[in-house]
Amino acid sequence: MGKDIREDISWAKINTDVLKSLESPRPLYWVIVGVALLMFLGGVSLEAYQYRQGMGVANLNNPHVWGLFIATFIFWIGMSHSGTLLSAILHLMHADWRKPIYRFAEAMTTFSLMTAGLFVMVHLGRLWQFYYSLPYPNERGLWPNFQSPLLWDAMAIFTYLSSSVIFLFIGMIPDLAICRDHLHPGWRKKLYTVLALGWEGTDRQWRNFRVTYLTVACYLIPLAVSVHSIVASDFAMSQQPGWHVTSFPPYFVAGALYSGCAAIITLFIILRYVFKFEEYMTLPILKKTARLTFAIAMVWTYLNAIEFASVWYSHDQASKDVLIQKATGPYAFAWWGMIICGSVVPLALAFKKVQTNIPMLFSVSLLLNLGMWLERWMIVAPTFSHGYYPWTWDHDQWPSFVQWGMVFASFGWFTLLFMIFCKVFPSVSMYEVKEMVYHRSLASKMGGKGGH
Amino acid sequence: MSVSNLLQNWSAVRHTHPVGDAPHAEYKWAMAIDLDACTGCNACSVACYAENNLPAVGKDKFEHGQQMHWMRIERYWDEDGRDMPDQGAQFLPMMCQHCEAAPCETVCPVGATNHTADGLNSQVYNRCVGSRYCSANCPFKVRYFNWYSYPDQEISWPSPMEQQLNPDVTVRTKGVMEKCTFCVQRLTVAKHNARNEGRLVQDGEVQTACQQACPTSAISFGNLVDPASKVAKQWKAQQVELAVDKQAKDEGDDSHEVGEHHSTTKLRGYRIFEELRAYPSVMYLERVRESAV
Repeated sequence: MGKDIREDISWAKINTDVLKSLESPRPLYWVIVGVALLMFLGGVSLEAYQYRQGMGVANLNNPHVWGLFIATFIFWIGMSHSGTLLSAILHLMHADWRKPIYRFAEAMTTFSLMTAGLFVMVHLGRLWQFYYSLPYPNERGLWPNFQSPLLWDAMAIFTYLSSSVIFLFIGMIPDLAICRDHLHPGWRKKLYTVLALGWEGTDRQWRNFRVTYLTVACYLIPLAVSVHSIVASDFAMSQQPGWHVTSFPPYFVAGALYSGCAAIITLFIILRYVFKFEEYMTLPILKKTARLTFAIAMVWTYLNAIEFASVWYSHDQASKDVLIQKATGPYAFAWWGMIICGSVVPLALAFKKVQTNIPMLFSVSLLLNLGMWLERWMIVAPTFSHGYYPWTWDHDQWPSFVQWGMVFASFGWFTLLFMIFCKVFPSVSMYEVKEMVYHRSLASKMGGKGGH
Repeated sequence: MSVSNLLQNWSAVRHTHPVGDAPHAEYKWAMAIDLDACTGCNACSVACYAENNLPAVGKDKFEHGQQMHWMRIERYWDEDGRDMPDQGAQFLPMMCQHCEAAPCETVCPVGATNHTADGLNSQVYNRCVGSRYCSANCPFKVRYFNWYSYPDQEISWPSPMEQQLNPDVTVRTKGVMEKCTFCVQRLTVAKHNARNEGRLVQDGEVQTACQQACPTSAISFGNLVDPASKVAKQWKAQQVELAVDKQAKDEGDDSHEVGEHHSTTKLRGYRIFEELRAYPSVMYLERVRESAV
């Protein structure tokens, strides 16, 4: 296995390489941005249509009141966990190979949360009254219902979003100062000047910076765990068969880390090519990410098996019937798709040849994410078509083009935000890569094995 | 619920819920439906449409499950090997069960669905944001969402039917949840009249629309607190109690399976999904089957 990063790479070269990504990406960049914008505009027009006509155009109906919107909402919330894993958890564990890739993972956290937030809005019957679910002081003395998991959800997501934006920003301050010092005058220079908060790189600033970063990292980890546990509570706290499962919170968190890691592989490969980051986003790092994904995939598979087993041996016929229906009913294709994409496909990641084979990894990561999206759908939908009440069974429940289109468009919206971010802000952390190169070269000079 | 309420009696918020503590001082509206008397004629459903300004959604939307029948007649076919025309059917009138510990109430993020002092499960249309969590958590799936702006649709009340819209009931906008209210507009009027005369509402003074329309009087409705009311007598005769999750009829039946009960008594009264502990306010009287006689 090669080195994570070349040790003789000069600090000036790191600056130029990364700053170049703000100026001249490959033409593919503009193609991606254009396609993403079109996808997003398509979604906007679908939402306008649904807003005017009513939720009925999504082909939701009375037993099936939740559909792809909620499933995709969970999917995007899940995606947001990878950034925290890479930047906060691995930071605390001193895994320094995360350094060249954590910045974009953090951006992914922020933007996938923003995408998830959109789905809450799209899902609401009266979008224009969404603020009723926020605890704000008002003249009527009305508060939201603090017993409702949906309210916890709203609060957890707002907290996590604002914290992850702060974390992303704090981690970027030294890099923003580099951008400020190297870019030609223009609006961007003004932006960086403001955002760099007068960073000069003095000892005192570095010390304060380290302490702040570490504090926010420690604060973010429990938040990340809680946010997805609370999303799981939406289901686990309800009374419905197939949802009322005690193991849901850890199961959701594992699923979140899993889909997040798979998405990191996808974006890693795209960024590496588009912004010519071959020197920094190296194959050994990709390999480590693939191994991490494999490990989490196995954890997820285990928790999945636990869920099935606890339902199967629970002596609760209604829950069992939902499980049987998932495997044999109208959703069987999606359910088995989830098992294959989520538990069988990641086995490929165990092979060393796959771990560094970019086309293979790219397609595997897409399949993993497909599997994880199907998982969310399979959590939400089957309970409606085979719940407690027999009269509600076997009704028409296939999502309409409005739902499918909105799901499709959300990928456009996410990609758009993400690609704009990568063009405006350095998506590789310059100061941390320098630190990594320095530590590695120091270690090899001293004959050690590298790392901290 | 307010912040001071939260801080001062956090634990009391749930404990003072109607079940168990006899909080219904004057009224507890409840129903009894005799399935043996029900002929499945759907008159109750039609009366409900007329009384509560329910829109007709048309065949297309009905097929998509977007209908708004607060009161529905469900058909269940006997599985005894006979084919269609001879096969016995059972009818079950189903509407909001006004559960005492309603699963819909706790999950609503904005508190749009609440319990009233007289034991109704109320729905505040103006407060509803349309998250549909209440319906997702309702075991009976008796909540109906306004998927479209039905009042704007020609088919809802084709002329001259708009002339018979009930002025006592609001017309609901798109994006809010609605459901059976036990004809709360009638209850309110009856209570006001009674209060003006310094008395309580007498049994039989107020009827729900479905009860009024039922040709076989299968539905009875009244105040469970008043021991002289017909409903209270029926509940008592069947030994069905509000705050109990297993009724006398099912004593000795150890089946854990939802809906699978095999009675060993002569009693007929039961509530649907007792084991989910929602404590519904509607008691059904089991049909007397030929095999059971």
